[in-house]
Amino acid sequence: MKVGVVTFPGSLDDRDAARAVRAVGGEPVSLWHGDADLRGVDAVILPGGFSYGDYLRCGAIARFAPVMDQLVPAARGGLPVLGICNGFQVLTESHLLPGALIRNDHRKFNCVDTRLRVENAQTAWTSDFEQGQEITVVLKNGEGGFVADERTLDELEGEGRVVFRYVVPEGGRNPNGSYRDIAGITNERGNVVGLMPHPEHCVETGYGPSLDGLPFFTSILKQVVSA
Amino acid sequence: MGNVVIDVMLKPEILDPQGQAVNGALPRLGFDQFTDVRQGKRFVLTVDGEVTDEVLEAARKAAETLLSNPVIEDVVSVRAAQDEKDPGR
Repeated sequence: MKVGVVTFPGSLDDRDAARAVRAVGGEPVSLWHGDADLRGVDAVILPGGFSYGDYLRCGAIARFAPVMDQLVPAARGGLPVLGICNGFQVLTESHLLPGALIRNDHRKFNCVDTRLRVENAQTAWTSDFEQGQEITVVLKNGEGGFVADERTLDELEGEGRVVFRYVVPEGGRNPNGSYRDIAGITNERGNVVGLMPHPEHCVETGYGPSLDGLPFFTSILKQVVSA
Repeated sequence: MGNVVIDVMLKPEILDPQGQAVNGALPRLGFDQFTDVRQGKRFVLTVDGEVTDEVLEAARKAAETLLSNPVIEDVVSVRAAQDEKDPGR
């Protein structure tokens, strides 16, 4: 079971993503942004970081990397793809997921443990969660505010495509100004998932606030084995 | 040598934290008559020779695909700036 992890110039969390895949017994495969080749992988992770220095818009230049020429049609064809943080930004810029990520409304970089509610436990990357389960995962971003027009937001909610929501205390606010507290979404088919928080940092005892990242990777392992 | 000047702005309904930061700094310098600031982007694309209709058309396509994200931004103008020496500066 091979999970590709793409490295763009400026990717930071590709090694951690590969480590998380290995932690659950999968085989991580490095994919290079400049190679139009998915090397026969069963799923792909677009990791966090600052691809191309976040120039122009986050993810805007990575979208046109040669590896994406292969990945975009493969994802449309059903290949499971997880975009974490900058990877989520790349997925929205590629139009594999709707909406966009803009600068946090409070204009500060955030690095916090964040509480999320699992709103959809039926995607390729979340089937090992319980619907409604609350998890704690690291969040670190400067441009993590999820925005979309009202029609798109209604559509996402109506079709159950909001996968994660920030758990916001009474009278509080979510960590980056995301519309409707949305932390992660999926496409219609449920194979492409993007989220701002970082599950790959929460898979090993002694590192990160929890082991709540593990089910992302065990989910995909089962998905691929049963497919 | 010709230039095409492209201006991109965030859609009005999208929050502009950078504009807000600038808006917050203006009164500190005594500029208290401005009630809002929206910040945009200008691109200057240079070609050898004249800015033909084909060049303008290619610039429009570039503006819609790479230079702007239609989910959050509008391309507000794409114009030839053939005779301007330094259109971006």
